[in-house]
Amino acid sequence: MANSDRVKVRIPAKAKKGEIIEIKAQLSHDMESGQRKDGDGKPIPRRIVNKFTCTWNDEPVISADWYQGVSANPITSFFAAAPASGKIKLTWWDEAGAVYEYVHDIVVE
Amino acid sequence: MNSQRPMSRRGVLAAGAASAVALSMTPVSPARADAAETEEAARKLMGKFAAKEGRVHLKIKDTAESGAFEPIGVVVDSPMTPADHVKAIHVLAEGNPYPVVASWYLTPRSGRAEVNFRMRLAKTQFLRAYAVTSDGAVWMDRQEIKVTIGGCGG
Repeated sequence: MANSDRVKVRIPAKAKKGEIIEIKAQLSHDMESGQRKDGDGKPIPRRIVNKFTCTWNDEPVISADWYQGVSANPITSFFAAAPASGKIKLTWWDEAGAVYEYVHDIVVE
Repeated sequence: MNSQRPMSRRGVLAAGAASAVALSMTPVSPARADAAETEEAARKLMGKFAAKEGRVHLKIKDTAESGAFEPIGVVVDSPMTPADHVKAIHVLAEGNPYPVVASWYLTPRSGRAEVNFRMRLAKTQFLRAYAVTSDGAVWMDRQEIKVTIGGCGG
């Protein structure tokens, strides 16, 4: 799967082995809460991203369950201890079935 | 002040205050969570627990600039080793329509027990952050955040 054009990240290209790096990522997504109404006063159906994961060479770094209290265009930052060169993979799932993915190549020296 | 009158000035003021309280307690739609509901949601997430204070810190402003996009961080004091790490961080909002905002599941590979994101705040309220450590202990921080413009509705 190609990297989603809805995803923006800030992740270093290189790290020292064992170094703790910050991973910042933002997904363009309305995170429609189900609390809003459209111009005709009809409720807008809820559609939120309810799951997020980060893996490093397929090993879990962090994952999250999100609810309607998470802001639109969810931006997040967290940390990872660098194990080895390879791929950091970020994945977001929304409750309508869409999956957004981003893979970042990192060199660990 | 004639206390023989059917309603004294003080009585009128008290009645006014009482009706103001009654008005402010009129149910609003959508319903907001409260401390008891938040407690129940926390139990659904973590089972039976006795939360201790300390180790977990909410990084929030006293007053939110916007109820729609408020930065929130949770930092836990932990070595994040395989033997001693934070397994989960839960953020709950006592005054939002649904109290659970986010549950984060960490591993020793996370390196540092810290998460940052942005959240919606329906009104001035208390936020809670719980941290579950690998020994099964639950730690909690609770802080008030003032909101002038809520961010959940339309």
